[in-house]
Amino acid sequence: MKAFANLSPATLAEAVELLGAARANGEIAYPAGGGSDLLGMVKDELVAAPDSIVDLKRIPGLDSIRVSDSGTAIGGLVTVDTLAGDEGIRLRYPVLAEAAAAVGTPQLKNTGTIAGNVCQRPWCWYFRQGFDCLKRGGDQCYSVIGENQQHAIFGGGPSFIVHPSDTANALVALDAEFQVAGPNGERRVPASEFFVLPRDNLQRENVLDADELLVGISLPASQAGRNGAYRKVMDREAWTHAVVSVALTLDMDGDVCRDACIVLGGVAPIPWRVSAAEDVLHGQGITAELAQQAADTALEGAQPLAKNGYKVTMARALVRRSVLEVSGTA
Amino acid sequence: MTGITRRSFLGRSSAGIAATATLPALTAGPQEKAAAQQSGPAPRTRIELTVNGESHALEVEDRWTLVEVLRDHLELTGTRVGCDRGECGACTVLLDGKNIYACSYLAVWADGKAVETVEGLARNGVLDPLQQAFIEHDAPQCGFCTSGQLMSAKALLNEGAEVTEQSVREALVGNICRCSNFLNYQAAVLAASRGA
Repeated sequence: MKAFANLSPATLAEAVELLGAARANGEIAYPAGGGSDLLGMVKDELVAAPDSIVDLKRIPGLDSIRVSDSGTAIGGLVTVDTLAGDEGIRLRYPVLAEAAAAVGTPQLKNTGTIAGNVCQRPWCWYFRQGFDCLKRGGDQCYSVIGENQQHAIFGGGPSFIVHPSDTANALVALDAEFQVAGPNGERRVPASEFFVLPRDNLQRENVLDADELLVGISLPASQAGRNGAYRKVMDREAWTHAVVSVALTLDMDGDVCRDACIVLGGVAPIPWRVSAAEDVLHGQGITAELAQQAADTALEGAQPLAKNGYKVTMARALVRRSVLEVSGTA
Repeated sequence: MTGITRRSFLGRSSAGIAATATLPALTAGPQEKAAAQQSGPAPRTRIELTVNGESHALEVEDRWTLVEVLRDHLELTGTRVGCDRGECGACTVLLDGKNIYACSYLAVWADGKAVETVEGLARNGVLDPLQQAFIEHDAPQCGFCTSGQLMSAKALLNEGAEVTEQSVREALVGNICRCSNFLNYQAAVLAASRGA
């Protein structure tokens, strides 16, 4: 890698200031949580060579999980491994613990942070192989007429990336709220509004401005009786991104579904919530037929490309199966 | 024999270069360091690392990864560099007890932390039970991924939980063996966990 300075701010305010100051000076500075995605992108020259990397790991107070009856606060620097193994999270928010467990490899989970996992850049093979694509400021998305087996069936255009984060799907399913720190202090963004489609912003996958950082995540209180699961289909058993996945939570009263949240991963440039399919389940006793109906509804309107039509069938089966499993009907 | 190996020659050359470079202030705060970065030599930082129980105070370029420091500056070449992208696992070491990709972690980030490498496994000339089991089960073929496999296996056994076929698979999933000797690795780790 070309030379850069590693800067270790002691506070969030200082981190934001360093990022802003670098930009004002016409320099390139990137924030680093775990840093593995960033260093890979720098080595592959997928991003401009940095003048500095602002290491967030020394900022105190961002690496803890506080679970309580009124809600849960997760620091942005909590590692994916810690999140996956946390007793409170496993008990109260199984969908999130399972999504965290499904990430990459032990090595990546041990350094990777929840904020970094949520904000990781796309893993489209054209983007990562250095093609001059739309996401990198070029003038076309090569997946449109190219190898689009892994690409979006919902929300695509003009870029057809899929969002690579497992935990992002779970956080949307849990109605999480994201704490964002920036030059003007802190703001809170619902998870459902955090991620943005390529048609709204081609350069970024979320609402963060240049000097803003995702620093924490709040989860609403977990409800008794609400169960959840994260199911991920991969083209091998482990160490890859979802071909399709589903983050599902169900609030059950006996056999009857009081409330449901279904978010599909691997199918769209953002975590893809399918409210119409949730509506199919609301207030109904879960049966195999109803689960199938919800699954059919979830995939209505999908627009597959030439080589990813299989995702429609696969996601449909995954939704049906997950609804039955989580409701205890299977 | 001249007594000069390729490695010692390279090592001396890079030490010479490092010694003649002018260094920016090492105690500078982030702001000063950012300003000093404009041009000139690569920014450097003094760090302290404990490697296999031995503490090292050294000065590193900020851009150096942990594996570069281990291999090129501490001469611990048991840790390999394969993909250099956090994909293959050849560079796996333990950082404060957890296995990480040393190619995807800057050495400055490890300041104050404890690193364990494959060189730290054998004690007083006695192989670690994992190493012994690797030999007995013909786990290494070409051997390139082996030190990484060992360190991921070590992280698993350090957890102290019950070791199963499934937990071994999950623990070693980030270590790719291009000879595809995965089943022998799995058998070796299982055997070591049972003290066999």
